[in-house]
Amino acid sequence: MASISATPHIRAKTSTTGIMGAVILALMPATVGGVINFGPKALLLICISIASAVFFEWGFEKIAQKRSSIKDLSAVLTGLLLALNLPVSVPWWMPVIGSFVAIVVIKMLFGGLGQNFMNPALGARCFLVISFSKLMTDFSYRPGWGAADAVSGATPLMSVKNGEAFDLESMFIGNEAGTIGETSALLLIIGGMFLMIAGIITWHLTFSYLISFVIFILIFSGHGFDMSYIGAQLYGGGLMLGAFFMATDYVTRPISRKGQLIYGIFLGVMTGIFRLFGPGAEGVSYAIVIGNLIVPLIDKISVPKHFGYRKEAA
Amino acid sequence: MSVFTFKGGIHPYDGKDLSKDKPIKEMLPGPELVYPLSQHIGAPAEAIVKKGDKVLAGQKIASAKGFVSAPVYSSVSGTVKTIEKRRTITGDMAMSIVIENDGNYENAAPIHDKKYEDMSREDILAAIADAGIVGMGGAGFPTHVKLSPKEPDKIDTVIVNCAECEPYLTSDYRKMLEEPEKLIKGLEIEVSLFKNARGILAVEDNKPDCIKLLREKTRDKDKIEVIALKTKYPQGSERQLIYAVTKREINSKMLPADAGCIVNNVDTVIAVCNAVCEGEPLTHRIVTVTGDAVAEPANFKVLTGTNYNDLIQAAGGFKTEPAKIISGGPMMGFAVFDTDAPVTKASSALLAMTKDEVAMYEPGPCINCGRCVDVCPSRLVPSVLADHAQHFNEEEFKALYGMECVECGSCSYVCPAKRQLVQSIKTMRKICLAKRKK
Repeated sequence: MASISATPHIRAKTSTTGIMGAVILALMPATVGGVINFGPKALLLICISIASAVFFEWGFEKIAQKRSSIKDLSAVLTGLLLALNLPVSVPWWMPVIGSFVAIVVIKMLFGGLGQNFMNPALGARCFLVISFSKLMTDFSYRPGWGAADAVSGATPLMSVKNGEAFDLESMFIGNEAGTIGETSALLLIIGGMFLMIAGIITWHLTFSYLISFVIFILIFSGHGFDMSYIGAQLYGGGLMLGAFFMATDYVTRPISRKGQLIYGIFLGVMTGIFRLFGPGAEGVSYAIVIGNLIVPLIDKISVPKHFGYRKEAA
Repeated sequence: MSVFTFKGGIHPYDGKDLSKDKPIKEMLPGPELVYPLSQHIGAPAEAIVKKGDKVLAGQKIASAKGFVSAPVYSSVSGTVKTIEKRRTITGDMAMSIVIENDGNYENAAPIHDKKYEDMSREDILAAIADAGIVGMGGAGFPTHVKLSPKEPDKIDTVIVNCAECEPYLTSDYRKMLEEPEKLIKGLEIEVSLFKNARGILAVEDNKPDCIKLLREKTRDKDKIEVIALKTKYPQGSERQLIYAVTKREINSKMLPADAGCIVNNVDTVIAVCNAVCEGEPLTHRIVTVTGDAVAEPANFKVLTGTNYNDLIQAAGGFKTEPAKIISGGPMMGFAVFDTDAPVTKASSALLAMTKDEVAMYEPGPCINCGRCVDVCPSRLVPSVLADHAQHFNEEEFKALYGMECVECGSCSYVCPAKRQLVQSIKTMRKICLAKRKK
C-alpha cells in the first residue's frame, strides 16, 4: 500500500549536512593557506580542534542519551572555525578546552544545534582570550615549514593601531602574523564568494557589516580617505573571517534579510568602536558575540511585512 | 516582453515532460459510477432520483440546496443502483448516488435552449449555476457565486489562472492548446457580466506555445489580454496571481472581488462556455495521470463518477509499485491510501511516485537558515510559526499572522532540516478556524 504523509510530497535536495559541508569547503582555501603560512603545527592544532569538538558532541549525546548528531557536520565546522581563530603558538590543550566550551557549554547545554544563542567557536575564543590572555595573544611564529627563526609576534593590525608601518599587499595575501585562519583576506574572500554563489549566504549581512564598518572608520579614525589605512583595517585581524564566516552563522544571526542588514550595521559599528577606542587592536569577536545577544531583539523588529497588509498599514 | 510575478516562491523539478505532449484522450468509464453529493464548497446537493430510476447522460440527479451549492449531473445513462455512503479520494465516506452504466451514453436534453446572444446577465448566471459548475482547480467553490459579487461594477479584471504552477500537472496546458477558442469564449462570457472588466489570460512563461497561440487568437479582441507570468511556484496561488497581474494585495480576510478581481481556472472557464453556449452541464473534466510509477502518463477527458482505478488502467497501470499516490500536484495535493474512489468535479490529477521523498528524510532541528522566510509568498516567518503551532501558542501564532498562510508548502520544500513546517501551520490554522466558527 502507498504511504500517506502531509504535503508537500517533494523536497529540495539541500540538507543541513550539505550546508555545513559547503561552509567547510569554503573554508578550505583559508585553512590550507594558514597551514602553509604557519607550518605543520597549525595543521596539528586544526586536527586536534576538530577531533575534540566531534568527540565532545558525541560524548555529550552518549551521556545524555540523545540521538547522535555528529553526522550533520556542525561539530566539524565548529572545531575548524575555533582552530582558525587560535594563534599557532598555543599549546595543544588550548583547542581541547576551547572545543569543550564551544560544544558542551555553548551548544549542547542549550539544546544542541539550532538552540545556541551564541556562535560556539567565537564564544569559546572569547572565553580563551579572557582566561589565557597571555597565551592567546602571543602571535610569534616560525613562517612556513622550514624556517628556523621565530618571528616576533606583532600582528599587522597592531602595527596599524600603533601607527607603525605595515605592508598592505602581504596583509591581503596573508603571509603575516595572526590567528591561523584570519591572515589571508584573499583566500577568505574566495571562500565567501563561493558561499554566496552557492546560495548558502546572501550579500545582505556581510556587505552591510563591511560597509558600515568602513563608514565608521572614515568618520572616526581621523585618517580620512586614506585608502591604505582603510585597506589595512579591512584586511587586518578577524574582519574577513568574521564577516564572511562567523557573523553569517545561521543560528546566531537574524532570520530575515531586513534583520540581517540591521545586524550587519550593528556589527560594523561595534567592531569600529572596539578597534578604534578599545585597548586592543582586535574587535571582531567581541562585536559578533555581543551582536549575537541582541539578535532576538532584531528578529522582533524586523518581521517581514505580511502579504496583503501593505495598504492597511499606510 | 515584461513578465509578471510576486516575491518569494520556489523552482521545483516540474516533471511536466512526462505528460505535456500527450493529447487529451477520451476514456470510457466502468460499469459503476459514483457521484458524491458534495463535490463543492457549500451545502451538499440533494438527491432528486431514487433507487431503480432510469437516468440519461446529462440528467440532473441532485439539485443545489441554497445559493452556495451546486447540482450534480449523471455523466452516463443507466439505472440508479443505490444511494449510500461511499469512500471518496480523500478517504472520507460521503453520501453518494451510485449509477449502473448501461453503456449506451444516451443524452438528456440540454439544460437550456437559449442562444448566447439573446441571454441576459441573469440568464447567463442561471445557466452557470444550473450546470453545476464549480472551481475545477481543486477548491470546488461554486462558480456562479464567484461571478455574483456584491458590487459587480467594481470588478475590473477577470483573470483566467493558466499558470499551472504545480509540478507534473499538464491538463490546463493541453486544454489551452486544444480548445483555445472555448477558453477565450468562456472568458468573454465572464467579462460580459461586468461592465468595467477586462479579461486576462495569465500563463506561466514555461508555456511559450500557449502564450503565442492565445495571443494570435485574441488579437482582435480589445477586452482580452494574454500576459506572461514568471515560471515559479506558487504563481497560480490566487492572492499571488492577483498581485502579479494587478499589483494589488489581498489578505485572508478579503475576497478577490475586494481587489476588483475574479479568478477562474482554465477547465472552469471552458465549462462556463459549454454551459452557456451549448446548454451542457458539467459531467466531465480533464485529469492528468502521471508520475514515474505510471506506465503511460497521459491526459484524459474523464466523466465525473469514473473510478480512479479505471483511470489508472487507462494509463497502462503502474509499471512499478508506487510508494506514494497523490491526488493533485505534489506540492498541495493529498496522499491517497485507496484509489477505489470516484473522480469528482475538483479532481485535477493523479500522481504515482516510486519514491516517497517525505519518508526518506528525518526531520532535524531548525538551523535558522531563513530559506523558508525567503520563499514564503505571504512573507511570513514559517519556522517561528511552526514552533508556535507545535506548542499551540494560539496568540503568538495569530500575532505573527499565521492565518495568512496560503498552505503552498514552499517552506517545507526548501527546509534543509526537512521540518514539516506547512503541516504544523496548517494544523494550527484548522484549530483557529474551528474556534472561529463556534
